[in-house]
Amino acid sequence: MARMLMKGNYAAVYGAAMAGCTAYYGYPITPASEVAESAAALFPKLGRTFVQAESEVAAINMVYGAAGSGQRVMTGSSGPGISLKMEGISYCAGAALPCVIIDIMRGGPGLGNIGPEQSDYNQVVKGGGHGNYRCIVLAPASCQEMCDYTMLAFELADKHRIPVFVLTDGVIGQMMESVVIPEPVKELPDKSDYAVFGTPLNKNLVNSIYIDHDELEHWNNELLKKYQNIEKKEVRCEEYRMEDAEIALIGYGSVSRVLRTVVDDAREKGHKIGLFRPITLFPFPKNEIAVLPERGIKRVLTVELSTGQLVDDVNLALAGAIKSDLYFRLGGNVPSADEITEKISELYGEVM
Amino acid sequence: MRKTVLRKPKGFNDVYKHKPGAEKDRTHYCPGCGHGILHKLIAEAMEDLDIVDKTILISPVGCSVFAYYYFDAGHFQAAHGRAPAIATATSRANPDKVVISYQGDGDLAAIGGNNIIQAANRGENIAVFFVNNAIYGMTGGQMAPTTLEGQVTTTTPYGRNVDTDGYPMKMCEVISQLTAPTYVERVSLHDAPHIRKTRNAVRKALLNAKERKGFQFVEVLSTCPSGWKMDPVKSMEWVKEKMLGMYPLGVYRDKGEEAKVITRPVPILEPGTVWEKLGISAEADVDFPRGDVPDEYRKMSIRVAGFGGQGIMVTGQALASVALEYGYNVSWLPSYGPEMRGGTANCSVNIQDGTIGAAEAVKPTMLLAMNRPSLEKFEKTIVAGGTLIYNSTLIDIEPERTDIKVFAVPITGIADELGNTRVQSLVNVGAYAAITGMFNVDHVIELLPKLFKGKSQTIIDLNAKAVKAGFDYVKENF
Ligand SMILES: Cc1ncc(C[n+]2csc(CCOP(=O)(O)OP(=O)(O)O)c2C)c(N)n1
Repeated sequence: MARMLMKGNYAAVYGAAMAGCTAYYGYPITPASEVAESAAALFPKLGRTFVQAESEVAAINMVYGAAGSGQRVMTGSSGPGISLKMEGISYCAGAALPCVIIDIMRGGPGLGNIGPEQSDYNQVVKGGGHGNYRCIVLAPASCQEMCDYTMLAFELADKHRIPVFVLTDGVIGQMMESVVIPEPVKELPDKSDYAVFGTPLNKNLVNSIYIDHDELEHWNNELLKKYQNIEKKEVRCEEYRMEDAEIALIGYGSVSRVLRTVVDDAREKGHKIGLFRPITLFPFPKNEIAVLPERGIKRVLTVELSTGQLVDDVNLALAGAIKSDLYFRLGGNVPSADEITEKISELYGEVM
Repeated sequence: MRKTVLRKPKGFNDVYKHKPGAEKDRTHYCPGCGHGILHKLIAEAMEDLDIVDKTILISPVGCSVFAYYYFDAGHFQAAHGRAPAIATATSRANPDKVVISYQGDGDLAAIGGNNIIQAANRGENIAVFFVNNAIYGMTGGQMAPTTLEGQVTTTTPYGRNVDTDGYPMKMCEVISQLTAPTYVERVSLHDAPHIRKTRNAVRKALLNAKERKGFQFVEVLSTCPSGWKMDPVKSMEWVKEKMLGMYPLGVYRDKGEEAKVITRPVPILEPGTVWEKLGISAEADVDFPRGDVPDEYRKMSIRVAGFGGQGIMVTGQALASVALEYGYNVSWLPSYGPEMRGGTANCSVNIQDGTIGAAEAVKPTMLLAMNRPSLEKFEKTIVAGGTLIYNSTLIDIEPERTDIKVFAVPITGIADELGNTRVQSLVNVGAYAAITGMFNVDHVIELLPKLFKGKSQTIIDLNAKAVKAGFDYVKENF
């Protein structure tokens, strides 16, 4: 049966397998280890490559090699490993190589702990490595989405020749849900215009060096155009009970699920509260948030497992039009629905 | 009379089209630099071994960062030190190609030290050409791991002091400690006879690579007149006088005829066989028919808690797995982390129609408490009107709440009577089925082979008894 109960970490790898990913390079880290483990279990059965690299630095450079060889390739990790991958991600961006990186966020900074946090937001969404680059960032909030968005990540990566992150936290990585496995993709895009095959007719070069200043400026402008195009075309977000809402709760990943419960509780009491959930963090749904005031939203409350990384983007979009608040928990603590409801009454007692 | 025609070997491009500027017919290397000589030896070997059209070259960071200008091959330009990692993936993607990792000593022995050792240890099908010029050429003459004792560089202005800067690193010696490498040799470019020997080593490495005989490592002692601030002739003498003593030439490993051909599968897509290979059936999911479930049990948020080792996680997963077969949406969330490795463990299970919100059962509609600390910790969290099942074998206190339904079930006792404490999880599932009416015992038993995939029939039978026993106990006592 195509319906299976599995962890989010597994679901991502099933999605990758269905997307035609033929190589996995990674290094274990809690709470992302099952990503590597499931690839180690599934890929050899499919005649595909799995290598446990010596480090995340090596893993992402292997990804560079595989992507440059025309493969759909992926790696996965958590905060400390993602920090190490930044070198290679910058090179992948510079060489316009498509690849997929799963980040199952944990507590930081430093070794932090293995509980869920969302504190990689800035390093993942804003670039993170050196240079002017962006990655597309998808933020699944369920195991089914871990599968579906990982598949989508490969599509977007190839479509735009860009590294794509699947960014979520330990809750989604570690939880199990029913996942309906999609049909495998039948055909992969032709990459012979840039991938290196080592054949007589193919002497391509995968490279991020532009020694000439004008050429590098030109290349950066080309990248910028690509990012602007992505901002136009690839924004994804989801709304829940927003039709007549006056307060919008904003959150992504596991937090958005708690917020859903908060909305249901509040609606039962007759309060006009809705949920706005960004699904792509880059491109950020800034236009969709900017129009919230026009749509009757009077206040927004951003809830995140970081000290105000998401809310920065929310505030940029709102440009001060309405009151914007922030509530966060850290260190592996996830706020309960009641806790958030209490915060809402505290902030907006007069509205409620 | 034979005529020698001097021409560029076919391993080189005719025109260096990637090279910026007007001089597209000459290299960017300084006069007297060893890189140029080694490039020529590699290009000649590519032609003679007929691998021009199957070579993929990884250019490093260092003076040879632009190696891709020159060779008629497929090319990657690598991050500093990472060429072996990129070569690994390139070679795995194209197992029939000749993959060359060309690296300097800062690149290979310093920043990429671990990358080269690990690629060597995996026995990757790659040929590594390691240019040891005892200095960082590209960045203007800083100390390399291979810099000699006392050698003045821009970062060892008083000479390399081994007490503070460490000793020159001998990479052939290091690599030849590993089991996998096939061929490891150190050669030198300081005079014509040695260049001839280098030529042979390059050919041997590339021939082995062509025949897919694993990891090839050729260290080449090389001149850097600019970095050393000497003229080319003096540089040649310096290699002979200073470097040879520290870096003895010779073969450090040659598996010869015993070298195995390393076959790595070409990664395949074959979408048509993917489901089958992963054991996913294409048949539609058929739900079990649901029984009469009282309203209060139609949207379940369950906390299962107890000692690690009491089957807490399995209980939760089993509840979710069975509910899934009735077409419910389910979620299972473990308390993961240090807590898991000793002491208490708990998990949250949601079973309902419609989208599941918060995954953690902060306010459970049901608590399944397997030990006393769990009862004490979570009893107060149960929603009013909710349900408590507790393991009366191990819990010797009475629950305090009066606004909930309470089922005292001797879970451990029932399992022990069946002869195996480990079947507690399925006793739980049986009790749950009896209380909620959500599962039919026969359906649960039908699912056991799937839940215990790979386990023996004995274990499956025992768990079937456990489900029944849990179910019967509740039916008989409440
Ligand atoms: C991460 C990183 N650190 C430092 C540098 C700067 N850098 C460029 S080349 C080089 C040294 C290369 O020396 P070596 O590998 O010995 O090669 P050579 O130039 O002597 O051939 C350094 C440190 C870099 N490009 N990237």
